[in-house]
Amino acid sequence: MIRTVYILWLRQLKRYVRSRSRIIGSLGQPLLFLVALGYGFGPIFQKAGQGNYLEFLAPGVIAMSILFTAIFSGIEIIWDKQFGFLKETLVAPVSRLNIMIGRTLGGATVATIQGIIVFFISLAAGFRPTNITLLPIAFLIMALTALLFTAMGTALASLLEDMQGFQMVMNFLVMPIFFLSGALFPLEGLPRSIFIAASLNPLSYGVDGLRGALVGQVHFGFITDFAVLSVITALFLVVGSYLFSKIEI
Amino acid sequence: MSILSYALISYINLSNNDEIDMLQNDNTENYSIEVRNLTKKFGDFTAVDNISFSVKRGETFAFLGPNGAGKTTTIKMLTTLLHPTTGTMLVNGYDPIKNQDAVRRSFGIVFQDQSLDEELTAYENMEFHGVLYKVPDKILRKKIEELLNFVELWDRKNDLVKHFSGGMKRRLEIARGLLHTPELLFMDEPTIGLDPQTRNHIWKYLKDLNGTAGITVFFTTHYMDEAERVADRVAIIDHGRIVAEGRPEELKNKTGAKTLEEAFLSLTGKQIREEEAGSIDQMRMNRKMWSK
Ligand SMILES: Nc1ncnc2c1ncn2[C@@H]1O[C@H](COP(=O)(O)OP(=O)(O)O)[C@@H](O)[C@H]1O
Ligand SMILES: [Mg+2]
Repeated sequence: MIRTVYILWLRQLKRYVRSRSRIIGSLGQPLLFLVALGYGFGPIFQKAGQGNYLEFLAPGVIAMSILFTAIFSGIEIIWDKQFGFLKETLVAPVSRLNIMIGRTLGGATVATIQGIIVFFISLAAGFRPTNITLLPIAFLIMALTALLFTAMGTALASLLEDMQGFQMVMNFLVMPIFFLSGALFPLEGLPRSIFIAASLNPLSYGVDGLRGALVGQVHFGFITDFAVLSVITALFLVVGSYLFSKIEI
Repeated sequence: MSILSYALISYINLSNNDEIDMLQNDNTENYSIEVRNLTKKFGDFTAVDNISFSVKRGETFAFLGPNGAGKTTTIKMLTTLLHPTTGTMLVNGYDPIKNQDAVRRSFGIVFQDQSLDEELTAYENMEFHGVLYKVPDKILRKKIEELLNFVELWDRKNDLVKHFSGGMKRRLEIARGLLHTPELLFMDEPTIGLDPQTRNHIWKYLKDLNGTAGITVFFTTHYMDEAERVADRVAIIDHGRIVAEGRPEELKNKTGAKTLEEAFLSLTGKQIREEEAGSIDQMRMNRKMWSK
């Protein structure tokens, strides 16, 4: 069982390392956000008495890259479905649960690595974490967020037939999750409806925990962040495994 | 040629002491596949309509039929990928519905559509398969080398599969399908889109395997000359129903045809079957856009 999970995990990692254009492409976007938004909105943010915007933004951009990479890793199942490789794993004498776990751990590892790379990019852009000793906590929150959204991607991919569906998911689910998460703006003093949306959004807790660990600003509090992330991750893993086990091709 | 016979001999030796041990069911000893009244419906559409047939152990069996006849659907049911609507099946003595893992261990398959991971090397694709099928480590490395030599890909083992030609990919898929020493090999249109040289090669491998290692081969093809040459028995399926079954000679005699192709046409008619414009092609284009 361990070997099955391991080989599936390894496959995800190899595919990631080998797709150099994908890595570079996916790092351009966070860099653009950091530079354009970070420096562009910086002065206004400062004038509004909110402090350094880059410091506020960097955890949000790290969370963003984890979100996108994780969902994408999960959604890759659609490709494997269409291009046949999934059949190779589904006719093998291994449980669907192990296949799902291996893939999801692989995708989550890739998304966490991506988050760590963006963390270093933000250092290069001028971001400074306030408390180095909390870095392990930051990485833990990154990993949890990555696992949550990879499992969500797996669940979605098990339901979708082709990439048209993926476009819908990007536009009507992933983008709202990103924009309504507090990644770009503080959760304090928001209109009520936006605040409710943000509170129902699992990414908000990832962003909040990450911001707490990196620059000491928390809204919900670490305990709440960890509790919500863990519970939602467990939920998506269960739902994802169930939907994955129902795939017929 | 000497490499080839070496590979075959080792193949048999390894089969004997393979740890993945097949428990055989006495009653069905003589049959590799037994299908009774098998039906598959997609909504209102009946893709496979109450078919029955059996394949003896060690036989080379061709499953022939026009596009959309229900060949792939039948293979998917036999290989645990699809649940039948009604009917019963036994594959190497096991029920693909109730005893999935035993069935899965007992066959190898070459799918109609390519099913390799193109971002992995030939060796890595083999290794992945070996681990999923729990081939013990010691045996695994040796077998990968033998099988890649068998399909003449050993010196390309470290190349990414995306750089392979269609024929090389097919050969790799055959090697992979044999890695866990199955008793039965399914091949769904294994030679489609390949040049005559490669096709010849592939049939040579399979005849060798079938003759020396006694593997049962169940295949589909649109090339009637191939079926006539290599198959011990054929079944012809059309609109989900089996319309004829027997040795190629028998079918020719029955229809008074000179070739199997003529027999096929007289049994299934000359009307052209349109295959649905595959969403696969469209996906390939999307994929190119997305991965760059
Ligand atoms: N998942 C599916 N949903 C609906 N119809 C399907 C599905 N798979 C196959 N079919 C239909 O069933 C028929 C038989 O398909 P198939 O078994 O692939 O034919 P063959 O392999 O003989 O060309 C075709 O008409 C095909 O369109
Ligand atoms: Mg087919």
